[in-house]
Amino acid sequence: MLKTLLPSRFIVERDPDRCIQCQVCVRQCGFDVHYYDAEDDVVRARDEQCVACHRCVAYCPTDALTIRKNPLSYRDNFNWRPETIEDIIKQAETGGILLTGMGNDKSYPIYWDHLVLNASQVTNPSIDPLREPMELRTYLGRRPDSVEIDWETGRLKTSLTPLVPLEVPVMFSAISYGAISLNVHESLARAAREAGTLFNTGEGGLHRSLYQYGPNTTVQVASGRFGVHSEYLDVARMIEIKIGQGAKPGIGGHLPGEKVSAEVAKTRMIPRGTDALSPAPHHDIYSIEDLSQLIYALKEATNYTKPVSVKIAAVHNSAAIASGIVRAGADIVAIDGLRGATGAAPKMIRDNVGIPIELALASVDQRLREEGIRNRASIVCAGGIRNSADVVKAIALGADAVYIGTAALIAIGCHVCQACHTGRCSWGITTTNDYLVKRINPDIAAQRLVNLLRAWSLEIKEMLGGMGVNALESLRGNRLHLRGVGLTDTELEILGVRMAGS
Amino acid sequence: MKRIYPKEDVCIGCRLCEVHCVVEHSRSKDILKAFKRESPRPVPRVRVREDGPLSFAVQCRHCPEPYCVYSCLTGAMHRKPDGGVVHHDPERCVGCWTCVMVCPFGVLTRDVANHCIAPKCDLCPGRSTPACVAACPNEALVYAEEASYA
Repeated sequence: MLKTLLPSRFIVERDPDRCIQCQVCVRQCGFDVHYYDAEDDVVRARDEQCVACHRCVAYCPTDALTIRKNPLSYRDNFNWRPETIEDIIKQAETGGILLTGMGNDKSYPIYWDHLVLNASQVTNPSIDPLREPMELRTYLGRRPDSVEIDWETGRLKTSLTPLVPLEVPVMFSAISYGAISLNVHESLARAAREAGTLFNTGEGGLHRSLYQYGPNTTVQVASGRFGVHSEYLDVARMIEIKIGQGAKPGIGGHLPGEKVSAEVAKTRMIPRGTDALSPAPHHDIYSIEDLSQLIYALKEATNYTKPVSVKIAAVHNSAAIASGIVRAGADIVAIDGLRGATGAAPKMIRDNVGIPIELALASVDQRLREEGIRNRASIVCAGGIRNSADVVKAIALGADAVYIGTAALIAIGCHVCQACHTGRCSWGITTTNDYLVKRINPDIAAQRLVNLLRAWSLEIKEMLGGMGVNALESLRGNRLHLRGVGLTDTELEILGVRMAGS
Repeated sequence: MKRIYPKEDVCIGCRLCEVHCVVEHSRSKDILKAFKRESPRPVPRVRVREDGPLSFAVQCRHCPEPYCVYSCLTGAMHRKPDGGVVHHDPERCVGCWTCVMVCPFGVLTRDVANHCIAPKCDLCPGRSTPACVAACPNEALVYAEEASYA
């Protein structure tokens, strides 16, 4: 029997006139594609193992390499596309669930690309952010329903809840230590501190060496409760209860034992080499009332000094669920959409479960406003934010801030090859292999992340200035600054946006 | 004196330092010509040492107390009076390999064909930053004053 019926997805093209047999590609490939044939003094490739991560292309000192899609043609068929056929072959050969990494790669509509922004012309002046102050600072957390002042002393009678200031309305998404390496965690933490925002530990705990970044850390409490202890909660700036994840709503997580190194084990508080299984639900949360108990348990444990966020995947009833979450006492609701990424998820779940974040965000913001509880929680939008325009559109749709995960990883080298689940990331990001993790130098990676946030901040200021707005606060939930193009009446209604031209 | 220091915690063992060392010390200084046409091909003066996941690039340390210079029978291994860079003069080298034995870092190698010590690191005269340091993609080589780096 043939080893596999699967054709190679990519072809490694090596220009023999440029290849100097230095074997940098051989050493850099995490997937053992390139190999040196000493007898013939040539470097060759095992095309079938290539995932098109481009590590070799980037590192080849003579630009001798390129990666091409295998042009192998199947008989045209709109129903049985190559991907569908190959998925079936894989399952016929393995009998397993199809696993993948990163976010949904299917052609669902990207509503950001159907929303356009406004700009001032003649009747209202635009603002030049290079000459005038432009305010991006954002505070996350609960605002009181009303404020009472003691007129005798002039002080507030209302007790205020803790708020978290962000200098830029972009935070780093939850990515756990174990799924990614400690070097990546450190890079995110350092960048968050320098840029004045927060990074998120994900559900794998916080390594002790990163406690110093506590004021810029959101610590996650997820269904596996990995690495959760009082000190972990105490060092954080914000606590997040993870209910769901956009890439895999409704299912839990599974960090394979091979990735549970000594340090990961210590941080997660589990035995070394054992699989870290996060159950699909929190086994103590089966209702909004149960969620409320956990929220207040965490607030009590931290003496009401930190806001508590609840993160859910964007699903059909997000608006009603978000309302429940706010009423349960959450200070922040984070919604992670259909295109949110992951280190590993079943392909069918990643590609078919959940709803686009734009629709979920608009409906959640609308619902909380209608119920008069929008002030009680900030909304954080996650899953598929690609650039600063997406950030501005998300804020106009009602988000207080956004999470970026994939964009942050791309900034430090990720080429979105969707092989995170293999743990062999050639870029040294989604791996705990000692040989590969060194590829992320936190000095370089943190700077690249800071550069990205700086660039986005400048662009956001330009866009705000163009709209004649000098503070992000003035844009928040201001959907009149948005117009839809190429959308149906129903889509426009859910987004709460008018058609372009109207 | 500025020296090259390796950072083994971020050295990824790609050996681009070796490639660019060859190019810098080639006649053409062109990567394709250096590797494809020049014969004999220049040998790298920096070598990446690896043991499992641990790797780092090592070249002549230009020791303040250079045992190779002290032990050289002919004066081939020498230091110019003005600077700390340890040089090797192949014309005077008789291939006794004493320097190979005394070098505490094992960076000197033999050129058996010519019965002489293989070319060694010269810190790339004429460049502000040595080629290996400039080419390191992960900043695992640092060119710095001893005091400022330590």
